[in-house]
Amino acid sequence: MLNIKNLHVSLEEEDKQILKGVNLTVEAGKVHAIMGPNGSGKSTLSYVLSGKDGYTVTEGSADLLGEDILDMDPEERAAVGLFLAFQYPVEIPGVGNMTFLRTAVNSQRKARGEEEMSSTEFLKVIRARAKDLKIDADMLKRPVNVGFSGGEKKRNEILQMAMLEPKMCILDETDSGLDVDAMKLVADGVNALRNEGRGFLVITHYQRLLDHIKPDYVHIMADGRIVKTGGPELALEVEQNGYADILAEVA
Amino acid sequence: MALAQIKIDATSERLAALEMPQGGWSGAARADALARLQAMGLPSRRDEYWKYTRPDTLVQAKAPEAAVLETDEKPVFSGMDRLKIVFIDGVFDAAASDDFALEGVSIERLADTSADIHWAQGLYGVLETAGQDPVERALAALNTAYATDGVLIHVTGKPSKPISLIYRHVSTSSDAILHHVVKVDAGAEVTVLENGPAAARFNKCMEVDIADGAKFHHVRTQGRDHERRAATHMFARLGTESVFKSFTLTANGVMTRNECVIELTGDDAHATVAGAALGDGDFHHDDTIFITHDAVNCESRQVFKKVLRNGATGVFQGKILVKPGAQKTDGYQISQSLLLDEDSQFLAKPELEIYADDVACSHGSTSGAIDEEALFYLRSRGVPKGPATDLLTLSFLAEAVEEIEDEALAEEITERLAAWLSRRRS
Ligand SMILES: Nc1ncnc2c1ncn2[C@@H]1O[C@H](COP(=O)(O)OP(=O)(O)OP(=O)(O)O)[C@@H](O)[C@H]1O
Ligand SMILES: [Mg+2]
Repeated sequence: MLNIKNLHVSLEEEDKQILKGVNLTVEAGKVHAIMGPNGSGKSTLSYVLSGKDGYTVTEGSADLLGEDILDMDPEERAAVGLFLAFQYPVEIPGVGNMTFLRTAVNSQRKARGEEEMSSTEFLKVIRARAKDLKIDADMLKRPVNVGFSGGEKKRNEILQMAMLEPKMCILDETDSGLDVDAMKLVADGVNALRNEGRGFLVITHYQRLLDHIKPDYVHIMADGRIVKTGGPELALEVEQNGYADILAEVA
Repeated sequence: MALAQIKIDATSERLAALEMPQGGWSGAARADALARLQAMGLPSRRDEYWKYTRPDTLVQAKAPEAAVLETDEKPVFSGMDRLKIVFIDGVFDAAASDDFALEGVSIERLADTSADIHWAQGLYGVLETAGQDPVERALAALNTAYATDGVLIHVTGKPSKPISLIYRHVSTSSDAILHHVVKVDAGAEVTVLENGPAAARFNKCMEVDIADGAKFHHVRTQGRDHERRAATHMFARLGTESVFKSFTLTANGVMTRNECVIELTGDDAHATVAGAALGDGDFHHDDTIFITHDAVNCESRQVFKKVLRNGATGVFQGKILVKPGAQKTDGYQISQSLLLDEDSQFLAKPELEIYADDVACSHGSTSGAIDEEALFYLRSRGVPKGPATDLLTLSFLAEAVEEIEDEALAEEITERLAAWLSRRRS
């Protein structure tokens, strides 16, 4: 599904290397989790994969479903099947949530040469998905993320993911700022999308999310590299002992 | 102060190209207006009030040519139930217009009423005259003196549909001067729509008198003919608990100056003037607003948004004047531009002049580029750059469009904006 090889990334504006050779393969049907200290490059990895400006790839490659995505525009990557649930979802005043989602769904369909979704069908689907995530009609009508609470923004990200049905989902700290019930809702939303054809990369600081979304692999990122990979037990170890031991061990 | 010779010459040259309509009740008002005009002279580049907008092409004797836009697009408001009044290059078109009969309103043409006495006498040129102080608006005086036609709308009740003034531009050299008067009686309510490019050059004046408890709604679009020029004036006087709401959408046009002069004379009145403009290339668009609070507990709002690209220019001059005794005034003013490239510019001069102590006035003016974070967010969801930029542009303009009270009209404007944006892209 997603193949990242020896990825080196620097900031465009200043001569600072952030990713220093990331190797990671996410197979279809699998959930990979990434943990790691603040500033280790987790969000940067997710941004570079989704095509945000401001970064320069100096070495390495990333392909999704066999296609080299690093030269693509963000919208092309989305059409291939990439989705990033943002650590900090962006507020867009004046653009209705519904309008935004419908435009997104149909833009992707169009890019893939598929038929657009009719407004009745769209309404039907979004209502059902919104209900599962306890997102009320009012939130759908409001401008994208404007005035949403932290938790509402994160649920809105999952709603978008559910509507866009991507192949490869990257979740950047979707659990931060969620109360216990909201975390369960979000996890249920993610689990509902788990299937044979879909890969997940879940960035988190807490083991708790991984209780709900059971990962197949856990990676530890530090200073721009993946320094350790293991099973779910690795997350428990981090939760109990922090990163010091792991970092010392690989140093 | 004596008028500069250069102004005297420019004014006489312009007047020589005009013919004053004769006879009937408006004669005295026209003669007065001409005297006013000659005393102030037509604007020149040196006038402070025309610092950001060159008046040359608006005042010169002959209108510069303007190509007529070929389009298969349905005119704005087409699908709406409304009373249509059509002017082609400033000339009334009876065949294309509806019958003027409508309950709650009486409508006549300025050119038709040869009576010696008419209700409009108390207003024609009167609000315009009041609006000449403290800033001269010579093009409005010229309009009062030389307007060839227009409509006189007397609203006595609540007509069931909007009065829709439709302008069409057919001749590349047309030069039209129209003057409308609207009198809204106490408790009455009306919506006036205007759309279309009126002529190669258009000088339009509208005087609106809103009595106690009356409401006046105004929505206009100024047409997409790129080379057209327009200088328009709206003069409004508001009585106690009355409401005035005006919204203008301008897309294209090499020269547009829209002046709006509002006087809140009765307590608890409300006035909103809003505008959205899309400018491209040699587009120049100027909103000049002057709102006077002369009563207690009145509210006024100015909400102007402009999207500029390829070197387009936007101007905003907006003033709130709070007179002594106009306590509890709530004045709000915002003017913002979205600059899609570095060649475009937005010039803003917001002004507050306050002579009462218990007032809340705020004003703000900003210029910004597209929000890159938001753009990336949209693109990451699969929306291509062009449509994503359009969505953000629409969202930027939404705050102005939202000032339109009627939802159907607001929707019509939003749809039109969306269509124009996507057309601009292709
Ligand atoms: N645009 C940028 N400009 C300057 N520094 C940047 C930029 N983007 C990332 N960085 C720096 O790169 C490093 C990695 O940041 P990143 O956001 O990827 O960390 P993270 O692992 O997601 O951290 P956290 O757990 O706090 O979310 C940090 O030191 C950060 O300050
Ligand atoms: Mg991060």
